[in-house]
Amino acid sequence: MNDDRDTATPLLRVSDLGYSYGQRPACREVSFDLYPGEVLGIVGESGSGKSTLLSCLSGRLDSGPGHVWYDRRPDGLVDLATLSEAERRLLMRTDWGVVQQNPRDGLRMGVSAGANIGERLMAVGDRHFGTIRSVAADWLTEVEIGLDRMDDLPLSFSGGMQQRLQIARNLVTGPRLVFMDEPTGGLDVSVQAKLLDLLRRLVTDRSLSVILVTHDLAVARLLAHRLMVMKEGRVVEDGLTDQVLDDPHHPYTQLLVSSMLQV
Amino acid sequence: MSDQTGYNFAYLDEQTKRMIRRAILKAVAIPGYQVPFAGREMPLPYGWGTGGIQVTAAVIGPADVLKVIDQGADDTTNAVSIRRFFARTTGVATTTKTTEATLIQTRHRIPEHPLSEGQIIIYQVPIPEPLRRMEARDSETRKMHALQEYGVMHVKLYEDIVRFGRIATSYDYPVRVNGRYIMAPSPIPKFDNPKMDRMPALQLFGAGREKRIYAVPPYTRVESLDFEDHPFEVQRWEQACALCGAADSYLDEVVVDDQGGRMFVCSDTDHCAGRRQGADGTLQLLLPKDAAQ
Repeated sequence: MNDDRDTATPLLRVSDLGYSYGQRPACREVSFDLYPGEVLGIVGESGSGKSTLLSCLSGRLDSGPGHVWYDRRPDGLVDLATLSEAERRLLMRTDWGVVQQNPRDGLRMGVSAGANIGERLMAVGDRHFGTIRSVAADWLTEVEIGLDRMDDLPLSFSGGMQQRLQIARNLVTGPRLVFMDEPTGGLDVSVQAKLLDLLRRLVTDRSLSVILVTHDLAVARLLAHRLMVMKEGRVVEDGLTDQVLDDPHHPYTQLLVSSMLQV
Repeated sequence: MSDQTGYNFAYLDEQTKRMIRRAILKAVAIPGYQVPFAGREMPLPYGWGTGGIQVTAAVIGPADVLKVIDQGADDTTNAVSIRRFFARTTGVATTTKTTEATLIQTRHRIPEHPLSEGQIIIYQVPIPEPLRRMEARDSETRKMHALQEYGVMHVKLYEDIVRFGRIATSYDYPVRVNGRYIMAPSPIPKFDNPKMDRMPALQLFGAGREKRIYAVPPYTRVESLDFEDHPFEVQRWEQACALCGAADSYLDEVVVDDQGGRMFVCSDTDHCAGRRQGADGTLQLLLPKDAAQ
């Protein structure tokens, strides 16, 4: 997949991005390219700026210095800062997805599972109840939630089901880029394993580009093609996942890798 | 003229009325857009029509004829109090007849008799924000209006169909004004929604607690939201009005005894009385079959 790197346009290009909470910088001088179909893992300990970076990229925080370009069909790479707010929000609703760590942040808890999936369709102008419902049913099947749960509130779902529902809700408009913040956080290991299988299948089938923030190196190894290691707001090492994990160069990455639990 | 001394005409001072009129002008210029205004304390509790009263006070003149209805009736507490309030603070003529009124302040109904050019109907609004039930943050709802992100309104209708097999929302049914803003029509029954569409009269909405004014100018498009395969429908009754025999008006169910007896009567009392008015001026009881003749 690296052969056509030089000629292909990246889907997302980030240069010298930074963000500060008041005087306290949370991430600094982050630059990278993300290519179509690529899964980029961002790892690091708590407080290293991973989630802030993700929020900046996905437009949930107004970014500080630096630029983010996105390949918006058909006009090619555009600087997100030059888009109007309406265009940015449309992009977020259709071409992007955001899977939150806590499904309660990403789901509408007061409406049924079907409506949660259908919301994006209605937001882009779908006005046919039957169509919306059948698409929602297809997606529930896709994420392995029984159709008999379609009209139940997400409140009555288990954590793993809520997370799967959140994924379905994001993928229903066929986004090209998905941001995931600790998608397996708070789930027990067997549910985690199922969710990882599901994610891997969805990502491959739809050749999604994903930016995945996690502190769990095992998750990163399973899903990510490339890794970026962050410490104190800076990227200290990046490369292919296996390369970074098997032959860590930076002392901090070495510490991270050696801290992994072996069962 | 006013029979009360110590009050300005229509209770509010002139500067306040000017402020409200400015808000009204802006609201008329942007149909369906909620204009904030510096709502005043009125001598009645929030939820009783403080918004409607302020709008009425700002537009009323000595030559106006005022009608006030509550749930369609001219003789309910809220309607009587507000009508008397304006009679005492302005001295204008009041009426119960829809056709004779120039200003109609209403809670929960639009009169059955079609309104005409030159009339103004003023709605009392408890919750002006149609997106409120889906989105609690005001900063976010304002953004959604600005960017026309109205997908969530259909999420609510979707939930209705899932639960009840049809769109069960029966009052305060969301509408789109002039193809742009989604607007809460105040808690009128959806039976009245079609009357708002291209109405010749000016429609003003006042929300006192939330301090918002919005408007629909005459002859403006007002569409009720729906799905292609679940189109908008109004309520229907199997009965006709038990007093006047009208089969095309909005009916209230009235319990008449403790044996389960009940009757359906027009909610619009003026409409009902008008139909029953005999040549000699007395009220007749028309049975449904008489009305059909």
